[in-house]
Amino acid sequence: MRWIWIDKFVEFESGRRAVAVKNVTLSEEHLHDHFPGFPVMPECLMIEAMAQTAGILVGQTSNFQEKVVLAKINKAVFFDYVTPGDSLRIEARIETVSPEAAGTSGRITRAVGSGSRTHNSAIGDLDQLIAEIDLMFSHLDHNLAGKKFPEENFVFTGAITSLLRDVVPDGRQGDPGSQTQSIVFGLPPQGRESQG
Amino acid sequence: MTMSRDEVFQKVRGVLVDALGVDDDEITAEATLMGDLGAESIDFLDIVFRLEKAFGMKVPREELFPAEGLLNNPELISGGKLTDKGLSELRQRVPHMDLTEFEKDPSINKIADLFTVNAIVNYVDSKINAT
Repeated sequence: MRWIWIDKFVEFESGRRAVAVKNVTLSEEHLHDHFPGFPVMPECLMIEAMAQTAGILVGQTSNFQEKVVLAKINKAVFFDYVTPGDSLRIEARIETVSPEAAGTSGRITRAVGSGSRTHNSAIGDLDQLIAEIDLMFSHLDHNLAGKKFPEENFVFTGAITSLLRDVVPDGRQGDPGSQTQSIVFGLPPQGRESQG
Repeated sequence: MTMSRDEVFQKVRGVLVDALGVDDDEITAEATLMGDLGAESIDFLDIVFRLEKAFGMKVPREELFPAEGLLNNPELISGGKLTDKGLSELRQRVPHMDLTEFEKDPSINKIADLFTVNAIVNYVDSKINAT
């Protein structure tokens, strides 16, 4: 990953599902141009948030040894605007994993209380559905064209470690009593970042 | 579980509509996945995943779409065409594909045209109605 767009993981069930959060702030520069006087989060960046959440979920199934890249957007449907101050919950589920690829489904919701907007009052206190996004990832080293890529894993670098701080059972970070303790994470080496 | 060939076709059509984002009526038995329906390599994996879900069976990709194993073998390819050995190897691997046209000019550029909707229907049909 050349940049990190989500804030942190809050739930992580290895090989099944994960939930990350992303807080949207007006200090994100692009919001001043998208659009002047009417800042809304671009939909493509919601897809990016899902790609990062689901991509890390998929990558963890191989202890971050595979190079997992977004290969296809099967579905991306958006139901509401996202504006500064919103707190997004990005939930990804693994549908299929094979040696060559993986398929995920996911939804993005706005945590209630994170904004005053109540467009969708019909669903009451529940989190508000923002988007449904289904993706496919390719495992680069098993690509069908037989192309070779550098040995170093330039997808998963130490930079993602901080994202997993609350869900990784690790003496240095997170809650040692966490119920996800049985998961064996194979985190990438810290302190190295590929050049983007 | 038995299914009529038409039931299989309808289900395969549903899979392809979802995987390739095409309209129902574009999916005819003769349509080629790449040429007519615009499939790319990742789509083949997507189709395999969806077939597995739709029919509740394991679909090894190299069984349904076995091209690259052949293309990387110099014994089976010569001058951009499949050799006789290559052809007989292909025949063995893809009983679900119709090779009559292809055999007249077994150029590797034309292998893509063998991947038709019919080939998928044949494959699934032979698997679930095998016994």
